Amino acid sequence: MGQIELKQVTKSFGNTQVIPPLDLTIHEGEFTVFVGPSGCGKSTLLRLIAGLEDISSGHIEIDGTDATSLVPAKRGLAMVFQSYALYPHMSVRKNIAFPLKMAKMDQAEIDKRVNAAAEVLNLKDYIDRRPGQLSGGQRQRVAIGRAIVREPSAFLFDEPLSNLDAALRVGMRLEISELHKRLKTTMVYVTHDQVEAMTMADKIVVLQAGVIEQIGSPLELYRTPRNVFVAGFIGSPKMNLITGEEAAKYDAHTIGVRPEHIDVVDGEGEWNGTVGVAEHLGSDTFFHIHNTGLGEMLTVRAIGDVSLKHGDKIGLNPRKNEMHRFDAAGLRIA
Amino acid sequence: MMAPAVVLLLGWMLVPLVLTLWFSFVKFLPMRGDSIAKGLDWVGFENYVRFFSSSSFWPSVQITVLMVGGVLAICIIFGVLFALLLDQPMWGQGIVRILVIAPFFVMPTVSALVWKNMMMDPVNGLFAHLWRFFGAEPVVWLQDASLSSIIFIVSWQWLPFATLILLTAIQSLDSEQLEASEMDGAHPLQRFAYIVLPHMGRAITIVTLIMTIFLLSIFAEIFVTTGGAFGTRTLTFLIFQRVIDSQNIGLGSAGGVYAIILANIIAIFLMRIVGKNLDQ
Repeated sequence: MGQIELKQVTKSFGNTQVIPPLDLTIHEGEFTVFVGPSGCGKSTLLRLIAGLEDISSGHIEIDGTDATSLVPAKRGLAMVFQSYALYPHMSVRKNIAFPLKMAKMDQAEIDKRVNAAAEVLNLKDYIDRRPGQLSGGQRQRVAIGRAIVREPSAFLFDEPLSNLDAALRVGMRLEISELHKRLKTTMVYVTHDQVEAMTMADKIVVLQAGVIEQIGSPLELYRTPRNVFVAGFIGSPKMNLITGEEAAKYDAHTIGVRPEHIDVVDGEGEWNGTVGVAEHLGSDTFFHIHNTGLGEMLTVRAIGDVSLKHGDKIGLNPRKNEMHRFDAAGLRIA
Repeated sequence: MMAPAVVLLLGWMLVPLVLTLWFSFVKFLPMRGDSIAKGLDWVGFENYVRFFSSSSFWPSVQITVLMVGGVLAICIIFGVLFALLLDQPMWGQGIVRILVIAPFFVMPTVSALVWKNMMMDPVNGLFAHLWRFFGAEPVVWLQDASLSSIIFIVSWQWLPFATLILLTAIQSLDSEQLEASEMDGAHPLQRFAYIVLPHMGRAITIVTLIMTIFLLSIFAEIFVTTGGAFGTRTLTFLIFQRVIDSQNIGLGSAGGVYAIILANIIAIFLMRIVGKNLDQ
């Protein structure tokens, strides 16, 4: 249970088409992440799957049956919202029990499921509190609890971690991944944060302006980005994209080298420049290199704490075998 | 720094209160020659006993409660419905909203006169014409259904206020909550009962509190329409009659003190509910 198929799905708001015809299959048990810059249509796509927005044309199939005209409640999907959307006047227990109560389940079964969910998500201690008395992370867990008690065929997450602080986000990221491993239910997750996408996904769908740029596992996208957009979007810090004369040397319109694929050498290297800002993270140091004659500023990673200062000369050698080449249309040259 | 303001406010509040308290313990009949200059006779609690044991006292309290309760019920039920309607996207929304608010801008005296003479007049009123058009005998509204008519007039004035506050409450509801409940399988009526109505609970208590305070002192509508006849004499109107019609300032003041006590009992009662609701 939990296969979602989109066939030639489009969505228009008035005269503007935000999603041009789009095909996508989300396999059973997969953790799929929609990622892209803000306004790329990823949340709209999720809402189309959920049924909160009507699609303009095309079909949505869930588990092989046409769900295009089904109301959200009948699709068997559960959604976790960005603002958590907890019901503020109900206790945690009532919040989690709400979908079951709406499904007219008997009280004993409701209690059993709510207690089980509370157990799984460590909500036992504040089950009788109201959402207003909980921290952001706890509210997030309640929202997930409300989703899992329904035993849906798939979970939809709409940027669920964007309201949490950085430390909590890392923790919740792990918890959601753990949950996926344990439940083995299909999950569709929307985020603009490519680190979340890379760390959690089985399959990443990169979107731009409603168009799917590439679908693949995190490492596929990292190793073989299909075009310049994906190359620039996946990976942190961003890949260095160089056009012009230097790219022409490699028979390409654009070449891309990730900061971690450039070696710092003593003395002159293939590329030379001066150090700008240095970001010391302890394990790594990221240098911004100026005046390389390549047009763009370069970002370079050095492992460990390298003692180069602002204004120092630096020599660099890109690793040829890790270089990505793109043609004038931005597509990858194999 | 705050002293002048405090003195002014206290004076504003305390002078009338102290005067009322003083008058309520003296014999003060201006038409029989009593005046402050000549000195007033202290009569103790006689005015209180007379006001309380008067055959008009309990009926007036009952009518006050009926009137306030009736207006509140109408304003809140229809206020919620109107707020739900006005929240829907529609053509000419801005103009419709202004029109809905309009009755609140009409002075109570004016609106009572309009209703009395234009709508409810048994000979020339619009209702009378409508009734005759259908071949029915026109109703003498302010005589045969006097209390309901006044409740209706006052509700017409206060409904916009309730609607406006409840509309802002509806608009502040997070749309994701509604979507979440939709995904959870709640149909529209359930969404209203479980999500929208509880969300509006706070606004409803505030509307109730504010309106009760104002409605306890309804006067112009009664004065203009029935003059307190046909079972529309509220406590406020009874006090007015004691002071102005009977020219018995002492007795009226004692009634005023009863009204203060009654209003405070209701206020404490309501504040508790509101306080409970606001805590959440």
